[in-house]
Amino acid sequence: MSEDQIKNLRAEESLSLEAQFEARIARDEKIEPKDWMPEKYRQTHIRQMSQHAHSEIVGMLPEGNWITRAPSLRRKVALLAKVQDEAGHGLYLYSATETLGISRDEMYEQLHTGKAKYSSIFNYPTLTWADMGAIGWLVDGAAIINQVPLCNTSYGPYARAMIRVCKEESFHQRQGYEIMIKLANGTPEQKEMAQDALNRWWWPSLMMLGPTDDKSVHTAQSMKWKLKRKTNDELRQQFIDQTVPQADLIGLTIPDPDLKWNEERGSYDFGEIDWDEFWQVVKGHGPMNKARMNARVGAWERGEWVRDAAMAHAKKKNNRKQKQAV
Amino acid sequence: MNNNLYNYILGIADNSLILGQRMGELCGHGPTLETDIACTNISLDLFGQVRSYFQYAAKIAGDGRTEDDIAMLRKEREYKNVLLAEQPNTNFAYTIARQFLFDVYHLAFLSELQNSKDLTLSAIAKKCVKEVSYHERFSSDWVKRLGDGTEESHLKMQEAINDLWTYTDELFHQTESDKVMIKEGVAVDTAKLKENYYKQVSALLEEATLETPESKWFQKGGKKGVHTEHLGYLLADLQYMQRTYPNMEW
Amino acid sequence: MSNKKNWPLWEVFVRSKNGLEHRHCGSLHASDAEMALENARDVYTRRNEGVSIWVVESKHITASNPENNGELFEPAQDKVYRHPTFYDLPDEVKHM
Repeated sequence: MSEDQIKNLRAEESLSLEAQFEARIARDEKIEPKDWMPEKYRQTHIRQMSQHAHSEIVGMLPEGNWITRAPSLRRKVALLAKVQDEAGHGLYLYSATETLGISRDEMYEQLHTGKAKYSSIFNYPTLTWADMGAIGWLVDGAAIINQVPLCNTSYGPYARAMIRVCKEESFHQRQGYEIMIKLANGTPEQKEMAQDALNRWWWPSLMMLGPTDDKSVHTAQSMKWKLKRKTNDELRQQFIDQTVPQADLIGLTIPDPDLKWNEERGSYDFGEIDWDEFWQVVKGHGPMNKARMNARVGAWERGEWVRDAAMAHAKKKNNRKQKQAV
Repeated sequence: MNNNLYNYILGIADNSLILGQRMGELCGHGPTLETDIACTNISLDLFGQVRSYFQYAAKIAGDGRTEDDIAMLRKEREYKNVLLAEQPNTNFAYTIARQFLFDVYHLAFLSELQNSKDLTLSAIAKKCVKEVSYHERFSSDWVKRLGDGTEESHLKMQEAINDLWTYTDELFHQTESDKVMIKEGVAVDTAKLKENYYKQVSALLEEATLETPESKWFQKGGKKGVHTEHLGYLLADLQYMQRTYPNMEW
Repeated sequence: MSNKKNWPLWEVFVRSKNGLEHRHCGSLHASDAEMALENARDVYTRRNEGVSIWVVESKHITASNPENNGELFEPAQDKVYRHPTFYDLPDEVKHM
């Protein structure tokens, strides 16, 4: 053994398990399911990943609301495929979370009892067809900004799930923006519909990127574990800077009188976000919180006899197979 | 324009349209995420078929109407789907029973339509037959799971089969246009599919420990545009945008 | 809700095209093997990602324990003679 090797070995051994673990992450090594991990790492990941999964499946509801009413067959299949992707993404994320030793049923239980959160944006109603455009453009746009850095996060299964999600999601935002383009270039009535949707979804989309940095409790730890690469405020600024020109391009107006290009910063200044509204929705008092939960719980309860039947059938089939084998 | 061919295509396409719409309603509300994804896939397949048929129908009509005009701007009596397709998602057993009773027919129908003298229809059938083979496997498997699952699921599945049975005979009815098209070698002679259909359905039901209903009272009318009350509401959704905002592009 | 009734977890392996190996691509829940295959097809090959699927119930996989990684994998690290670069050849021999 070389002297260096001996030195390294000594240094490694003198570190606590936890310090070794942090050192691995700092070296950009991935953590895999059966590796030792601090309990806090496990719990934080269960919380964030399941919350992410819940957001995907609750997120199916506001858009699912328009599948039967999509204005053309082309739009209908695109929307169906998109909402189906959300189910798929929820599934990938639940599966990744299950590697941390929690079952999907337990996660559902947490969602249904209100113990687990999901993205607040889905507690707003989808009132017109233009909302499908606004959600794809703004909500998916904000989500992508949040998600792309997660492809590099420290927990292997989460990173792999996110790579898959991001790859598939690339059509979602385009799908939404295309709807908006069509409306913005359409009749006055259509343009008005698009502007109205932008007005209603703009602020919730900004809130979606999380509380301001001084109010955000988890940021420092999350940065270390690469659950986060940028702070909420940085992400929000990035989202605004990228979205404003897109609105300009199609002749829609961002509903913020204080929005102004800041030459010095090379970024847009923007107005005050109504954080009271944000916390009201987070705490369960948004326009659709109850309806969304009723839909999820209802689907789960109505499906119980179906899930039980499938298991009972599998058992019977297995028994028959075993009998035949004897 | 060839009215008989046009009507014939609509008769086929409306089944997929209305059933696809029903399956689409379930997206996000199924018993598990996995079944949600599967049902949405079926819905997507069906709408894909609808688009092929209606694009062809629009070409035949040649009066500037698009696939969407044909899909969304007819009056209730002008929809020619069978009554089975429009029955609601009362519960998952009804969804599966409706799908199964239709799939067995649909698969046999498309297998034959591949031989149509109309090359477009034959090409569409060749593509769709693969999709529908999968649908039929999916729905058959679920009939078995629910039929031979728990006591509760058995009762629910039997009830759904019993209730929807009355709509099966109409699958084999032929309109005047159908008859002309059969003579020309374009259409499938559905009468010839009937015996095998009931045999196949009964065999599967038996495997699923379910009774084949004995009732010989059948409902009909869909093919002539005389529907159940359910269709109006389905169309209210389907047509909402096109009716509320006429002559716009989306 | 009794835990026994929950659909078990399955691991999904997909061959993206002939000539390549099956690769693990994720997991899902299903009550039996047929359903697991069907679900895998719907969930993991929606975009034409596969020509062949394997599913195996997760509980049937035996995995090595990372705590044993030292004894399992490190002994191979210094067996450099298993690699071609360990051997010296005259420069004139370009490919071997």
